[in-house]
Order: sequence, then C-alpha cells, then structure tokens
Amino acid sequence: MMRRTPRPLERLMGLFFSACGLTAVAFVLLISLYLILAGVPALRETGLPDFLLGRQWSPTAQRPEFGIAPFLLTSVYGAAGAVLLGAPIGLLCAVFLAKTAPPRLAAAVRPAVELLSGIPSVVYGLVGMLVLVPAVRRCFRLPDGAGLFSAILVLAVMILPSIVSVSEAALRAVPPEYEAASLALGATQIETVFRVTLPAASGGVAASVVLGVGRAIGEAMAVLMVAGNAANMPSLFKSVKFLTTAIASEMSYSSGLHRQALFSIALVLFFFIMLVNVLLNRLLKRKGG
Amino acid sequence: MRRRTKAGLLAGLLALLAGCGRPAGQGLSGVVNTAGSTSMELVTGALIETFCAQQPNVTVNYSGAGSSAGIQSAADGLCHIGLSSRPMNEKERSQDLLAYVIALEGIAVIVHPSNPVQELTSEQLKLLAEGQISNWTQLGGAPAPAAFIGREAGSGTRSAFEQAIGLSGLCAYTNELTSTGDVLANVSSNPNAIGYVSLAALNDTVKVLPVDGILPSAASVQDGSYPLQRPFLMVIRSDVSLPPGAQAFLDYARSPGAAAAIQAAGAVPPAQPPS
Repeated sequence: MMRRTPRPLERLMGLFFSACGLTAVAFVLLISLYLILAGVPALRETGLPDFLLGRQWSPTAQRPEFGIAPFLLTSVYGAAGAVLLGAPIGLLCAVFLAKTAPPRLAAAVRPAVELLSGIPSVVYGLVGMLVLVPAVRRCFRLPDGAGLFSAILVLAVMILPSIVSVSEAALRAVPPEYEAASLALGATQIETVFRVTLPAASGGVAASVVLGVGRAIGEAMAVLMVAGNAANMPSLFKSVKFLTTAIASEMSYSSGLHRQALFSIALVLFFFIMLVNVLLNRLLKRKGG
Repeated sequence: MRRRTKAGLLAGLLALLAGCGRPAGQGLSGVVNTAGSTSMELVTGALIETFCAQQPNVTVNYSGAGSSAGIQSAADGLCHIGLSSRPMNEKERSQDLLAYVIALEGIAVIVHPSNPVQELTSEQLKLLAEGQISNWTQLGGAPAPAAFIGREAGSGTRSAFEQAIGLSGLCAYTNELTSTGDVLANVSSNPNAIGYVSLAALNDTVKVLPVDGILPSAASVQDGSYPLQRPFLMVIRSDVSLPPGAQAFLDYARSPGAAAAIQAAGAVPPAQPPS
C-alpha cells in the first residue's frame, strides 16, 4: 500500500499535539529561567559561599545575615530521617502486599495505602500539629513538641504511599520463573522473597526511594505546621526551618534583599533537588546492577 | 499571599461601599490610594468606611503590602498615603517623608491559662527572649521548660515587640509561627508556652501577663505606661502636596472624630490628637 500524504486535519492535530508536548518543556524552561533571574541578585550581594555556608539567618536584624546552612542541613536530615523510617516500613509493606498477604486482606490494605497518598499535605500538617506535636512534647518533656523529630515522623508517613506502590509494582514485575526456581531448590517463601525477588526488583525499589526523598525534600505545608520554624542548626528535638518552609513562612511580609534572598533559597532548593535525584539515581542504580 | 488576596478583596469591597454612598453633595471627589501594613487593615478599613460616609464621592483604596512596602511606595509616589505599623528606620527617615501617628497598638504577652506566673518585668521578658531564662521556675512558676513563641521574620508584630524590648533581630524563639491566630492557638494548647499577640486579637483562651505591673489596655497604651506598643503611621511625602481628597482623609484620620472608628477596629487612638 502506498503511503498517503497526511490529510490537513491530521496534520493540524499533529501540530496541536506537538504544541501540547512543548508546553510542558516551555514551563520547565520558563520556571528555571525565572528562578535564576530572581535568585541571582541576592547571591551576588551576599556571595555564594557565605549564603550556602553561613550559619546565621537573621534577615530583619539591623545587620542582616543571610546564611542558609541551617536550612540546607535541616532539609538533608529531615529527608534522610524520613527515608530511614519510611523506606523499611514501605518496603516491607510492599512485600506483604505483593507476596505474603492473603488476597482479600491485600485488597483491603492496598486502597488504604493509596488513600494515604490522596490526603492533602495540609491535613497531615493539621493532624501533626494537633495530635503529634503535643504528644511529642509530653513524651520527651520538651518546651514544645514542634521540631525536626515531629517533621521526620510526618514526612515518613507522607512518603509511605509512593514507596509502597512503586516497590510493589517492581516486586510483581519479577518473572515468576525466578521464584519457582528458588522454591524448587528448597528455599522457603520468605527466603525466596528476600534472596531472589527483592534483589531482582532492586531497580524499582531504588526508584521508589528516590521518589520518597524527592517528596520529603520538597514538602512545605505539612512541615511548616510541625517543625517550629526557628532558624536553628538542626538537632532532633529543636525547632527547625527547612528550605521550603523558610520560603513559605517569610514570603508574605518580606521586602528588599530579604525577599530576593528567599528567591535565592528557591534557586538553591531547585538545584539541590535535581542534584539529589541525579546522585541517588546513579548510586542506587549502580548498586542495583 | 493568601493574606494579601484577602486584603485586596476587602479593599475592593470597601471601594464598592464607598461608591454607593449618599447622593453627591458639595464635597470632594477623587481616588485616594493607601498601601502598606497588613496589621493596619482593620483600622484603615474602619477609617475608610466612616470617612466615605462623610465624603461619598471620594473612593479610598487600601492594599496590604507590609509596612516597608507601604513606606517605600509613598516615597516613590506609587500611593498617596503609606501605612506603617512600625516607626520609620533611619534610612526611611532620611527620605523626604512625613509620618503621622494615627493610632497605637499594644502587644500583649500571653501564657497558657493554667500558668501560675502572675507577672513579668521587662527585664525578665528580655532574658526570656534572649534564651537566658529557659525554665518557668526562674520566673516563679512550676518546673517546666519555657517555650517562647514568636512570629516569623518580617512580621510587623515581631519587629515591634523586639524593638520594644530592645532586642531587634536577637530573639531566640522556640517556635516561629506565621499568624496571630497560630500564636494564640499554640499558646492556648501548650502549658509551657509564652507568646505575644496584638492587643486587639486577645481572647479568653489565653492569660495576659502584666509587664512591669501594668496590664495592656486602651488607657495604659494611650498614656504610654504600658511598654510594649507600636504606632500606626500614615506616611506622606513632604515635598509634594496631597490631592484634596487624600489630604481630607489624612486630616480625618488624625482628627478626634476618628477616635471611635479606630477604637472599634481594636486599636487605641493617640493621647492628644495632633491639631
């Protein structure tokens, strides 16, 4: 059959779809460009090393200081803590759902986990603020329960659904022959899951962790409500400010260099998340083989 | 951001209200633009409402942008009257600007209702804010750690409080919250907490502590005996004369006739209205 020249309508639709495809790219470029343009002036004023490594953030003092090391470290510790707590729980939950749960129970648990991802972050923050923060205060006899610890707990719960669902999909994608072979050699089901299925699915499991880290670093609303938001160097039971919450809490009344510095934080956050994603992807993929 | 949208909405509503006043009289007409402190939203709204009842053909707009932005836009000629809920700083004073105190606001120090502490001296408050006092026993209370709850950097209430106790930019907060309501909610739910909110926002979920033996009230703020207070300023350029409508609004805000509206909005009129 001869290839016909496309009809005008078809060509028009083709153009339309390409335009839609390019829109997404255009937005990424626009946002990157804007962030760079808006974030660079304050960096030039304070100097990049002082901005990134300065330990003091006092934007409204008589001699303002713009050091975001406390925010950077808090974001790293917060995300690391959340993954340390959330990843094992999420992974084992995925093993349970994919391999060991009776189908009926799995059918009840899976929607619950999915529901968890549908809860808006402000609701996590609200529950954290009203239930978790007072509980942490009483348990550890603190002046106030809001701080890094509460933020890590909330973030750990928030990253669960993405870890569970991506890991479960990866576990299910392992060819059944692998498991059959392992079982035929006399391994128990648990041995099979942890020695055969999990290593075979490690790429997907790694991807789920990267997703979780991304969400934990980028989350602002829930963290804003439970972290206390004082610009301290991070410590487990102290009030801390994340990169995201520094922007969210101070943007409304800021002006001048203070406001520009907040844009610079956004720029740092943007590069930081990209860097973490690239590094983790490299590291975990290589380990996964 | 949300707050600003709300302010814009209010300004729009007020502008509408101003527009549908009584039929045209002999009075002035025109548009007056005010911009600045979001803490002055209620006071400015009340002043606009009562002023426009007298001058139905003048439309007064308010946009909440923060004190610094308000002063700057008055200096740049972007609005007629800039609104500031803090005294002007040196840099701002060096510009050709005139500032009029139209009202005062007290800042109340609040604790949980169950807190046995009865009063604080301003020295104790300072030590607490610096982090040198960290337990309620040091203030005559029950043995429990003290949580000092404040507002975020850039907040007018925060800068006024820090200025009043002489610790601008030096306070060590346990917790920084982003609105007056958050501070009230936190202090009313945490027996260890101490915080500050504007006098107008007080409710009975928290206990107010007298500072240096003086409780914040309209009277003690007005005569200056209560130390934690801040002025509400209207800022204009000194080298350009205002259009008649804007001048009339400024004169009205400073007149004794505006006192009732200012009080109704929760602020305190200054002791002697400058004549």
